[in-house]
Amino acid sequence: MSFEYIKFGKEEKDFIEKIEEISGQNVYSCYQCGKCSAGCAFSSYMDKTVNQLIHLIQVGQKERVLAANTHWVCASCLTCSVRCPREIDVAALMEAVREYQLREEPEKVKISNIPKEVLDKLPNIALVSNFRKKTE
Amino acid sequence: MKIGVYICECGSNIAGTVDVEEIAERAKEFPNVEVSRVYKYMCSDPGQELIKKDIEEKELDRVVVAACSPRMHEPTFRAVLEDKGLNPYVLEIVNIREQVSWVHEDMKEGTEKATSLLKGAVVRSSLMQPLERKKVGVNHKALVIGGGIAGIQAALDLADMGFKTTLVEKTSSIGGKMAQLDKTFPTLDCSQCILSPKMVDVSRHPNIELLALSEVIEVDGYVGNFKAKIKKSPRYVIEEKCTLCDDCVDVCPVITHDEYNQGFAPRKAIYISYPQAIPASYLIDPDACLGIDPLICAKCRDVCGPEAIDFDMQPEIIEEEYGSIIIATGYETYPIENIGEYGYGTIPDVISGLDFERLLSSGGPTGGKILRPSDGTIPKTVVFVHCAGSRDPSKHLPYCSKICCMYSTKHALMYKHLVHDGTAINFYIDIRTAGKDYEEFYQRAAEEDHVVYIRGKVSELFQDGDRILIKGVDTLSGETVELHADLVVLATGMIPSEGTKKMANLLNVSIGINGFIREAHPKLKPVDTAISGVFVAGTVTGPKDIPETVSNASGAASRAAGILAQDELEIEGTVAKVEESLCRGCGLCAEACPYNAIELKAVNRYGHTLQVAFVNEALCKGCGSCAAACLNGAINQLGYTDSQILALISALGEE
Repeated sequence: MSFEYIKFGKEEKDFIEKIEEISGQNVYSCYQCGKCSAGCAFSSYMDKTVNQLIHLIQVGQKERVLAANTHWVCASCLTCSVRCPREIDVAALMEAVREYQLREEPEKVKISNIPKEVLDKLPNIALVSNFRKKTE
Repeated sequence: MKIGVYICECGSNIAGTVDVEEIAERAKEFPNVEVSRVYKYMCSDPGQELIKKDIEEKELDRVVVAACSPRMHEPTFRAVLEDKGLNPYVLEIVNIREQVSWVHEDMKEGTEKATSLLKGAVVRSSLMQPLERKKVGVNHKALVIGGGIAGIQAALDLADMGFKTTLVEKTSSIGGKMAQLDKTFPTLDCSQCILSPKMVDVSRHPNIELLALSEVIEVDGYVGNFKAKIKKSPRYVIEEKCTLCDDCVDVCPVITHDEYNQGFAPRKAIYISYPQAIPASYLIDPDACLGIDPLICAKCRDVCGPEAIDFDMQPEIIEEEYGSIIIATGYETYPIENIGEYGYGTIPDVISGLDFERLLSSGGPTGGKILRPSDGTIPKTVVFVHCAGSRDPSKHLPYCSKICCMYSTKHALMYKHLVHDGTAINFYIDIRTAGKDYEEFYQRAAEEDHVVYIRGKVSELFQDGDRILIKGVDTLSGETVELHADLVVLATGMIPSEGTKKMANLLNVSIGINGFIREAHPKLKPVDTAISGVFVAGTVTGPKDIPETVSNASGAASRAAGILAQDELEIEGTVAKVEESLCRGCGLCAEACPYNAIELKAVNRYGHTLQVAFVNEALCKGCGSCAAACLNGAINQLGYTDSQILALISALGEE
């Protein structure tokens, strides 16, 4: 296994601050109890659990956070937010990561590239949401 | 001989596994049994009344109670006997709860075993003799060994209760480790600010005699009557004359390491540990000074206005008697150079927790600025490694040192307060914050000061250019991690101090596997030792934080006062007794005695001088080791004589 290099330079600090700004949450409030992941209906579809994703944010691992599918699997059911003992709105954090990623990579979702059969099944609100996320 | 047998049901505790009615019936057939009864709770008031009534009406002269362990209710039933004019030592307790009902499941087996034990007890009880409790006088003075916060608190409490107290401190000032700390968790009170008023109280208290630079070298005697020999090393400065003017320090040509600042700062050969030190007087370090035999330099003496310096001061031996003793000799930090992979001692910017305290302190070598020992720059990333030595049974300390999670959190938080743009990272195994307001403090460090916590142990530290490369793991993400830091602080574990080991040896108190002193009972007698009259306060019994140490010390003081306040003490009747005519003076008993209660004395018998064993009843704990060791059968353990035990064994063997 390779070593992950941890550092707290400007890039890492900016990333943490941006996530906190978008979500309005203090990521350092999380003490890694894991209750969010334990109660998440979609944990088994995530390549990193919810608490692991929050921990990666805490240690400034931006690339690993954005490479994870966790925040995309999140359905914002808010179970995590309701149950968090530290009163963190975890779903808001997941949303913040999605927003951050779409702003970083505006081409990530290109409507014209979505196959018609998928587009037909997609609710309109999903497309609206996608555009909204890109506005600062 | 009339024996009364009383069987307790203890709710269903005993009656669930032992047929109590059946054994009560069987007991009626045992020799000399006058009455045999069963009651639901024999220890309750009506249960006790039952026995009292029988003693009176049936004129019983022996009582056998089959119930729980004698550790629980022997005193209760002894008091019942005494109340009705019987000698308390003609009571026999049969433990049919812990030794029968709790360890057996089968009612038949349980009942048979209880019957057998009961029979043995009945047979033994008929051979029991009334015993006498002797009395000894009590000296009302207390000795407190160790002048850290535990010793200070214990001495102040005792002195406030009106007892003359001698406080013995090995170093030149009281205050201990607490005096080296910067802030204290979780309130961030300045350590010196809350400690120094107590130190001043010690120096001013009319009931406290403070002996600094002193060590207890010998203790004899027993509870209420200890004789201690204390060696007071010379200070070479007359305390009463020294005005703390500092003129001597300016002229002293010798520079050496300052222990108080963990060696990070220099000091002269004539010095005072720190400005608030008590006794408030300079002293001369005889290993460094050039003036003590041979007199090569006397510059300090020449400038000393009040003529306080005396190069010819000699050690003194002080002998004094005390009623009780408190050991408060504290802890030392684990020698972290033993953890080779962390490079302490070879990498200059890898430091210990106590080192970091000195860097934080405004009275420290950097004036309270966080500067790296290697180049004096401000570290921008500091890594705190928890459990440096602790929780490592294979190579270092098996136990948790209890305070490190909190002090590392405090260190990280204080660092962030001083270096706002810095990064503080804690590597931990578990975060343990079991104390009042401790969890809140930890959450505050993370939430408000953005202290980063990574769960996982650091494997190795390397010097990499002018930074330190850390190889660790993040067990929460499951990744191994690498990072560079400018400073690494190791959260050093606690070990018993040299003084603690020495005093334990000197006072004959037992030591647990980790080297800390063993309490008389870890839960119910936390400040007592197996030696009556000797108590323990603070970290001598294991790692403790300041609040726990202080309450522990107050507890020890109050237990010690319980003895000091008596005019005389009663001694248990169950002591060893030597039959002089059988003793041949071989001394095996004296060797076997763990309490030093036996010595050989010369006696004159028919014109011949013979050695005979003599038992000091005040010291004897009635353990019976001597009686077992004696080849001639010359020692009997009163209350458990050979004839009683043999009768009991033979009754146990009967069908």
